Amino acid sequence: MVTRQRLSGQTRLERRWGILMALPAILGFVIFTIGPMLASFFFSLTEWTIGASPKFVGADNYERLVGDELFWKSLSVTTYYTLGSVPLILIVGFFLALLLNQRVRGLSFWRTIYYVPTLVPAIANAILWLWIFNPDFGLLNSALRQGGLPTSQWIYSETAVIPSLVIMSTWGFGNAMVIFLAGLQGVPRHLYEAVSIDGGGTWARFRFVTLPMMTPTIFYNLVVGVIGTFQVFNQAYVMTQGGPNNASLFYIFYLYRTAFTESEMGYASALAWVLFMVIMVVTFLLFQNARRWVYYEMAGAR
Amino acid sequence: MSAQTATTPRGGRVAPTAGLGNPRNAQRKRAGRILLYAALVVGAIPTVVPFVWLIRSALMTDNQIFIAPPEWIPSPFAWTNFPEALTAQPFLAYFINTMVIEVVVVLGTVLTCSIAAFSFARLRWRGRNLVFGILLTSVMLPYAVTLIPTFVMWRELGALNTIAPLTVPAWFAGAGGGVFNVFLLRQFFLTIPFELDEAAYIDGASPWKVFWTIVLPLSRPALIVVTIFTFIGVWNDFLGPLLYLNDESKYTLALGLASFQSVYTAQWGYLMAASAAVIAPIIALFFFLQRYFIEGVTLTGIKN
Repeated sequence: MVTRQRLSGQTRLERRWGILMALPAILGFVIFTIGPMLASFFFSLTEWTIGASPKFVGADNYERLVGDELFWKSLSVTTYYTLGSVPLILIVGFFLALLLNQRVRGLSFWRTIYYVPTLVPAIANAILWLWIFNPDFGLLNSALRQGGLPTSQWIYSETAVIPSLVIMSTWGFGNAMVIFLAGLQGVPRHLYEAVSIDGGGTWARFRFVTLPMMTPTIFYNLVVGVIGTFQVFNQAYVMTQGGPNNASLFYIFYLYRTAFTESEMGYASALAWVLFMVIMVVTFLLFQNARRWVYYEMAGAR
Repeated sequence: MSAQTATTPRGGRVAPTAGLGNPRNAQRKRAGRILLYAALVVGAIPTVVPFVWLIRSALMTDNQIFIAPPEWIPSPFAWTNFPEALTAQPFLAYFINTMVIEVVVVLGTVLTCSIAAFSFARLRWRGRNLVFGILLTSVMLPYAVTLIPTFVMWRELGALNTIAPLTVPAWFAGAGGGVFNVFLLRQFFLTIPFELDEAAYIDGASPWKVFWTIVLPLSRPALIVVTIFTFIGVWNDFLGPLLYLNDESKYTLALGLASFQSVYTAQWGYLMAASAAVIAPIIALFFFLQRYFIEGVTLTGIKN
């Protein structure tokens, strides 16, 4: 009886403290996520320049989107960039994580070297790469010229600007790499021994143990990478201003310009909601597709 | 929890007894080692060269920067680029502004995220998992969706051109990227034996006391990871200060550097020196803390 009373007292205590301690998170979510989200949807149904009051216009903004060439352009530019950048980052990050998961001398030195580009502030990074891409005096063209190879206009050319920015983005593989490393640490050792006993070599260990055991981590990096690259902004703002000829008009840059330069808050909100829906659909499709290739060792187990 | 767990490779090696005394295997193994190191060195070239390029440009006069074919060693070393670039704009003030935001944001994030994570990991209350699940969905939400209303909200509150929009959300664990930290800390808290809590409760401790005196001190690696992530996030944030800070005296380093860039477009030596000065502290920080960082990420088991 005594224990039971104590238990129920404990439960009550836990419930009270539990809700109290979760409160900052719940409030934060309501104030800074759900509230703004609903407000954003409402704004997207209005015509609204900052200073004036919003005028309800129904679905007008969304109709305007359909005929807006720049909207389609920014969507395709961003998709093109995502398709180039994400796979490259995954491949490079995975390969380097495999290397750094070996027993090598000076491991922390190597890990720092490979992670450092990820630490560079976006703005410093943009300035550095502006300089690397400089057609006359930049690192890339200088190297190509010395090797007798054809040079490029890089970010100053309509066709080369996105591939250039993809190259630049690959430099930031560090986050994906660290998460791959964490995943590799979790691959059960005994599985490798089993393959070795069966006479399998390095390739067999990779193909039948590492790769399948890593699919959840690959999937995580894929989803995070896609969501992240869909929201690129700094490169367009600092390096190209969306040019040349809108060839690097990234979606968020277009949204930013619409909202804060042209002060069309209603239309920009519609842009935000369309991006939201695009990301939701893409994420949903990725999860659907994941069932076919992501391997969970103990489905349902925590 | 030692460094051992983080750095011991689990794969890619033959069991120690295999192939002993077989010269062909030993030879093969050595070839593999050489290949491994070769790959590490070759892979490092593209990550290192841009830095070397940055530093050498930071130490060159503009005349020398524009020599073709380019030279790698500055002659003479233009050390004055650094003091000149850093005083051409009030970078010291930008640095102080940035550090003020850093302190407020890091404190708020670590404190409120670990409190929330403790609740979700170790206290039983009805609806706990549902609430946590709903919070987690916001990780997928593009920041653009909340950008405009949040801006309007701060504007209505008259908080434009103050650090409030950049710091206050950090004190609400569920705001923006905070949820990711809650998730990370919760994963870590789940690995601490629950018997410790039970024992403390029998002694009459409150959940707060269990959190503060048992769980938190045992969670150093995870707290360090959250601190580093948050610190780097603030240091690198550009869009936030761009939207909310108009007054040049309130600029952060990232914003200051961007405005510097638009003024000094042609003076690459200055630009490179200023960039290097903004990059250096963050790299130094990472270098000293990277052991905890990798270890912490590993232990918090991000993959789940």
